[in-house]
This record gives sequence, structure tokens and C-alpha cells, in this order.
Amino acid sequence: MTKPILQVENVKKYFPITGGILGKKIGDMKAVDGVSFHVNEGETLGIVGESGCGKSTTGRMLLRLIEPTEGTILFDNRDLRALPKKEMRKVRRHIQMIFQDPYASLNPRHTVEKILEEPLIVHGIGNEAERKKKVSDMLEVVGLTSYHARRYPHQFSGGQRQRIGIARALMTNPKLIIADEPVSALDVSIQSQVLNLLKDLQKEFQLTYIFIAHDLGVVRHISDRVGVMYKGRMVELADAEKIYQNPLHPYTQQLLAAVPIPDPEYYQADEQAAIQFGTLPSKYVIDDSWMNIDSERDDLIEVAPGHFVACRLK
Amino acid sequence: MLTYTIRRLLMLIPVLFGMTFVVFFIIRAIPGDPAQVILGQQATKEAVAQLTEKLGLNDPWYVQFFHYVKGLLSGDLGESLRSSAPIKDEIWPYLAATLELSLVAMFIAIFIGVNAGIISAWFQNSWFDYVAMILALIGISIPVFWLGLMEQWAFSLELGWLPSTGRENVRDPVEVVTNLYLIDTLIAGRFDQFGEVIRHLILPSLALATIPMAIIARITRSSMLEVMRSDYIRTARAKGMRMFFVVYKHSLKNAVIPVLTVIGLQVGLLLGGAILTETIFGWPGIGRYIYEAIGFRDYPVIQSGILIIATIFILINLIVDLLYVAIDPRIKYN
Amino acid sequence: MSGESVLEVKNLRTSFFTDDGEVAAVDDIDFYINKGEILGVVGESGCGKSVTSLSIMGLVPSPPGKIVGGEILYKGEDLTKASEKRMRQIRGNDITMIFQEPMTSLNPLFTIGNQIMETIRLHNKWNKQQVKERAIEILQMVGLPRAEELLNEYPHQLSGGMRQRVMIAMAMVCNPQLLIADEPTTALDVTIQAQILKLMKKLNHDYQTAIMMITHDLGVVAEVCQRVVVMYAGKVVEEGDIATIYKSPKHPYTVGLIKSVPDMRKKVDRLYSIPGNVPKPGSIKEGCRFAARCEHAFDRCFTETPELYQTGEGQKVRCFLYEQQGGVSK
Repeated sequence: MTKPILQVENVKKYFPITGGILGKKIGDMKAVDGVSFHVNEGETLGIVGESGCGKSTTGRMLLRLIEPTEGTILFDNRDLRALPKKEMRKVRRHIQMIFQDPYASLNPRHTVEKILEEPLIVHGIGNEAERKKKVSDMLEVVGLTSYHARRYPHQFSGGQRQRIGIARALMTNPKLIIADEPVSALDVSIQSQVLNLLKDLQKEFQLTYIFIAHDLGVVRHISDRVGVMYKGRMVELADAEKIYQNPLHPYTQQLLAAVPIPDPEYYQADEQAAIQFGTLPSKYVIDDSWMNIDSERDDLIEVAPGHFVACRLK
Repeated sequence: MLTYTIRRLLMLIPVLFGMTFVVFFIIRAIPGDPAQVILGQQATKEAVAQLTEKLGLNDPWYVQFFHYVKGLLSGDLGESLRSSAPIKDEIWPYLAATLELSLVAMFIAIFIGVNAGIISAWFQNSWFDYVAMILALIGISIPVFWLGLMEQWAFSLELGWLPSTGRENVRDPVEVVTNLYLIDTLIAGRFDQFGEVIRHLILPSLALATIPMAIIARITRSSMLEVMRSDYIRTARAKGMRMFFVVYKHSLKNAVIPVLTVIGLQVGLLLGGAILTETIFGWPGIGRYIYEAIGFRDYPVIQSGILIIATIFILINLIVDLLYVAIDPRIKYN
Repeated sequence: MSGESVLEVKNLRTSFFTDDGEVAAVDDIDFYINKGEILGVVGESGCGKSVTSLSIMGLVPSPPGKIVGGEILYKGEDLTKASEKRMRQIRGNDITMIFQEPMTSLNPLFTIGNQIMETIRLHNKWNKQQVKERAIEILQMVGLPRAEELLNEYPHQLSGGMRQRVMIAMAMVCNPQLLIADEPTTALDVTIQAQILKLMKKLNHDYQTAIMMITHDLGVVAEVCQRVVVMYAGKVVEEGDIATIYKSPKHPYTVGLIKSVPDMRKKVDRLYSIPGNVPKPGSIKEGCRFAARCEHAFDRCFTETPELYQTGEGQKVRCFLYEQQGGVSK
């Protein structure tokens, strides 16, 4: 089970910054600045971080939807960056993506059947009858019915559309699914439905997930291991339990402290303690010592088995 | 802003050069030997050869082009074949007449068009909105020559309220200083003449303004509707601001950019489209000047006329581009 | 409760008139906000929470929207009957509002200073110097550095968190009685959200401004609110102080909602999830709006609409399961 399916080594994406009268390049915007991690077969790696931390860019680079500036991406021991375009297209059958906004990622003029069939046609899988069968099977799998196949995306609710997006990703029997904020556009009651569905599918089809999200509660729920990104770098990477129980990087600590807990007692206890000791409630203590850390020179170091931190303080 | 302005001005050089090049060749693409055409069928071979030599038509095209551009750079637009007068002296009264007419027409089109668009958007689906948009649709569809003739028939012929042709009362001519009569009459302190000039301007400027007015009204309306749905308009209302200020301060400034683009383009069309209006209303403008020059195969005049109109068009669109930057702090051209 | 309440909403019904007929986005809701308190209004998309706030502000887009019934009492004055002129005096001065999208809620073409000072001038007859001083003061109050320079800057030069601070400054500049915050931190990163929530709590504490916090995030409610109103499909389904609601939620929807949220502090293998979809506004006209998704629903739920029943100190539930416990409260 612990065989890595994907190994990412020092991947970078720099976007040029231009300026001056002639529009010359004057610098780099380091969207992703040397990220390394691996994903084991059958596990879920969560990637969390705030807007602009580079988590989505990282996800897209794995499929070469954005070309990395530097680094290696090994999928099943093949270097994806070395593959010619044609070979890369074949690999995409095994790596699929689920997006945040299901509505924007589904062609509004196509029926669900056509949307789901398309990946099969692109990769030349099955004859027409087989494809149709697969479409109706897959709709059942994600909790819709074959009756929905003739409809158009706009006739579905947000949660149903995300189910269609998931079904499309599963059509080619991929091994790895990269889910970029798959539930953040959904209502709370629908979000849990989709999270449960993703978990069920993982068991059923032995899927490997890379789950990119900003919601720390959701990421903890779904992930086996979690990587925390900040300003284009991965600052901490460990088992989900370790990250949430014992965060080591100051930024991770800060991030976790910021999440509102749906439990009023937690806050009452916190406030009472604060009154008793005459301090600010612990939640509000801002620790910004990490801001001064020169992250450029900090590489991920294994401080405990399977717990990596990029911070010299630790 | 200054860097951008300088950059845009530098960018004008190749544009103007290219435009000159195109105009230069279009004129030369007209079939027939210009010298022969100018002198007529009866002309002797010697006379034609002489004129060809005088016009420099024996030189290779790049030499001709070089001389032409060199002349332009020193402010020399060439000589009219018909009158032998320098074009730069001859063209100004015509150009001034056109500018006066176009500016008045544009003012009317912008003032009425923008306000009609704003009010239509403000009171969307009201009777005003419906009437204004139907009128705008009609305005866009009406041919200018038909509208001009109808105006003359109704307001001059039938009602006799307004003069149908010309720029001034010919029995009491304006004392010319700038050739812009509205200004000249004021310089002379002749307010009666000023009124007379306005009376002459009304019909042609209305005819000329109709299409741009309709287009401006429609684009203003749709642009305003989009802006008025935005979050910051809701914020402005939540502050307790009067709807009038919400519309004319917060919405209009945001909605104006597409409107400016259209205005820039319309000014260009106005200058070109004025030929028809000027012909109908006997307006001594540049359109008519070029039109007549075409009849006489007066190539240097045609060439210079087109060049001037095109230059004005480019300059106006440069101004529009600079206005974008002045209005919207987010637009940065770096 | 009416003695100390700053706002009381009674039987409010706001409808949108579309080609398909009347759609009641807010359908006969009652709630109140006490002076100086923070009330949470929780619900999913289409539950009517935003329409409720726009109804209070008198900013329901009309047409097609219209308040068709009920009262909105601000210190005893019915705002549904107030003139547009009176509403303009109240907006931005007595009742103010901030929105979800700080990126688009400020006018991009005017400076921060212009937009704040405009609000001050709308409600005060001060001279230029006083207006400017107050603008600087309020920017400092919401924790923005270099307040004086900020006056001349444009919204696009600020980050999302800073813009939301500017929005709060604009909303607080006239010392309002009630601040309506419609998902104020949803578009922000968690660390920024924590700062903004802290700021709102501080302002509430220091100036006794009541806050109506509209959100879908039960964590945010737990962190900042004292009482909460849960809305579903245009109706209030449960109401009470947060300790009670989180500890012993009564309405099956509230129960399901609380259980659906993944709690960061503990790992569960499987989340609870409410079956079915969030209904579109106005799509259910009869019976309990939640009946179709409810595990406990019985025949009556589909035909008859339950009242809000009082089930204990400060808790009301719109569910037949609790009819016996408390009797009807209205």
C-alpha cells in the first residue's frame, strides 16, 4: 500500500513580471517555489493553504495544464515533464481533475451523457454501446440515475453538478484524482454528501486523491496526510493527525488557531480562562514570528518519522 | 500616466506613416493617367508629358513617396491642381466648417444620448425606457439623406422656421477670423449673427447627430444596467445616498468607458459621414471639398483631405485611450 | 423583549414576482435583535437570509421584489411604511450594512477617502476638516495602518482583508445602532477572517452596536454570536441562544446541519449528511419546508405548516415533534 504513485521533486513555477516603457521582464512572481512531496497509492494527500499560496497552481502543474518552470514529476515512475504532448495526453487518462465550480467546468450546451462520454471518446475507449452503458453505470455510482443523462448542466443543483463532475473524472478509470476545492462552492448540507461520496468512491475504485482546499476541517476529514503551503512553498507535511494535534511550523499553528470551531463552549472556556489570567483569549494571540523567517533557505526537514517542517526554529 | 502618454505618442509615428502610405497608394491605384485625365482627351502629347514631369509621376514610386512625406513633414500638403493654390491655405475654411458642424452634432448626440441611456437604465422597463429605445432603434435605421430631406421639407419648406442650406445669411456675411462662425460672430460682437449661425446649424447637426445619438443611448443604457447591478452600487445605496447621486456619480463614472469607446469611433464616422449631410444642406465643409475634388480628379486635394480626416480620427481615439487611464486607476499600461 | 430590542421583524414576507408567479423568498418570518447583541442568522443558499437583510435596508430590488406583508420595527418605527427620504436617513446612519465580497463592494473609481467621507457628509453637517478627521479616526479604529495615506488610495491597491476593514469603517463611521453583516468573511482567508471577526467583536463591545451576522458557517456563529436564528427555505426553523442550540438542537434541519460540519478537532470516519438538495426559493408551498429531506417526517408535515413552538428558555422550534412541549408562541 505504501508504494508512491506520484513523486514531485522541487517543482517551480515562475511567472514573469514586466515593466518599464518597453515592457521588459523585471522579475519573477514565484507562484510555486520548489515544492516536493509524494503520494502513495490509495491514500489522500490534502494540500491546504490560503489564497495565492500556490496550491492550485501546484495541482495544475501535475497534469501539465500549467507547464512547470523547473522540477520533476514522476507518475508511475515516468517523468511527465519529459513526455511528448501525445504521450502526455495518454497519461491524462490515469490522472483526472475535479474542479471547484462544477458549472463553469461543464459545457452548458452538452447533455450529461455527452459530457460523460467525451473522455471515453477522446481516449478511444469502448464502442458506442459500451460507452452508453458506462455512462449510466457511472451516474448510478455517483448517486444520480440514468434518467439524468439526457439533461443539461443548468437543470441540476450545485451538488448534483459536482456529482456529474466527479462522474466525468471517473469515466476513464483513473488512478489519481486531483480535486481542486471540490466542495467549497457547495452548501454545508451538500458538502458532507459529496465528501462522503468521495470517500466511498476511493474505497470502491482504489483511488488516490490529491485534495486541494482552504477549509481545514474538510481537509482533516478526508486526508491521510496533509501538506501546508505558504507563499509558494510547502512549510509542513505530515500525517493528518500529527498536523492537527501537533503542528510544528508557526504558520500551521497560526492557520489552525484561526479556524472557527462550531462549538460555543470552546470559546466560553477560552474567554473565561483569559479573564481569569488577565490575558487575551489564546485564539487571539497573534504569533507572527514566522513572518520574519527567511523561507527561501528553509528546506523541508524530517523532524519526526513522516513529519516534515521547513523552519529553522524547530 | 506621463510614461504612457509618451509611449502612445511614439506609437503614433508608425501608425501615421502607415496611413500615409496607404492613402498614397490608393490614390495611385485609380485607373488612368492622372495627367491625361486632368488635361482632358484633347490635350496634346507634349502637354501631357510636361504635366507628368511637373507632377513627378515619372519618378519611381518610392521617390514620389519620399518627396510627399518630406513635404508633409514641412507642413506642405501640396498644390491643388484645379486652383494651383497651396492646399494648406485652401483647406482650412472647409475643415473649420466641418469641425463646427461635427462638434455641435457630437455635443447634441452625447448630451441627449448619454442622458437618455442613463434614464432608461435607471427606470428600466418604464414607458420612458421603451419609447427611448424604440426611438433609438429607429434612429439607427434611418438613412441620413432621407432624414435630412424630411427635415428640410418640414422645418424650412412647410413651416418656414429654419433655413434649409448654408452656414450663414448670405446677405449679411460673417466677418471671418477663425472660420469657426460661432466664435467669429462673438468676436465681432454680432449676437444677431450668432443666432443666425445657430439657426443654420440646427437642421444639419440634428441630421448628423441622429445615428451617433441612438448608438450612444443604447450603449449607455446597457453599460449602466450592468454597473447598477454591481455590489458597490448596493454599497452606495446602503450609505443612504440619493438615487440621483448613485446614478450620476457612482454608476456613470463606471459605465462611461464603453461609451467613450463608441464616442471615439462615432466622431470618426461623423467626419467621414458628413459628406452626405454637407451635400444635402449645402454646407461648405471638407466633405464637400473632397467630393468636388473627386469630380475634378484633383488628386493632391483628395489625398490631403483623407489624410487630415484620418489623422483627426487617430488623435481622437488617442484622447479616448488617455481618458480611460485618467478615469480608471486600475488601468495601467506598463 | 420589545423593550430592549433595536429591531423587531414581524411576519415579514418578501416576494419576487416572476413570470412563474409570486415567489416568497422570505415567508412570514419573525425575529428580533436586542441592543448591543450579536445575532447570527444561519442558513444555506436560497434560505432567504440575504433577502431578509435587504428588506430591512429597504433595498430589495424592485421590481421584481417587494415586501408584501409584515412589519420591520426599528425602535418602534415600521420601516416597511417609511418614506424613501426617511429610509435614506436611516441607511448608513442608524442601520448599516457590509457585504460578502470586499473586492467588489467598494467603487473601484473613487478613493477610499472619497467613499468614507461621502458617508459622513450624507449624515452630518460638518466642515471639511471635521469630516477628514473623523475619516482618519475611523480608519485607525478598524486597525488600518497609515490611515491618512489610505484616504488617497484606490480599492484595488488594498488586499481583501483591508477592503473589508474599509467597508466596516464606512459602516461604523456614523455610530449605527445596528450593523448587518452579510457573510462578511466568506470570501476571506481564515487568518484574515479571524482578524475581521475579532474586530467586529471589539466594535460590538466598545460601541454597543448590535450586529446581525448572516452566515452559513456554524463556526463563525459559535465564535461571535450570542443568539442564533436558523433559516430554511424562507422560514425561521429554529431560534435560541447559541449554547442551547449547539448543545441540544431540536429541529431536524439544525441537528443535521450541525452534524454535517467536519470538526477540525476530531476525526470521524463518516460525516452525517442531510439527504436531498437545497430547495429553490418558493419551490415548496405547502407543509413543513424541510419535510422532504427529513428523517422524522410524517403525513402531517407535508400538508400543514408547523408554528414556532417554544421548547425551553429562549429556544423556539418550527417542528411538529415539539408541538406538545411548549405550545404555540407567536
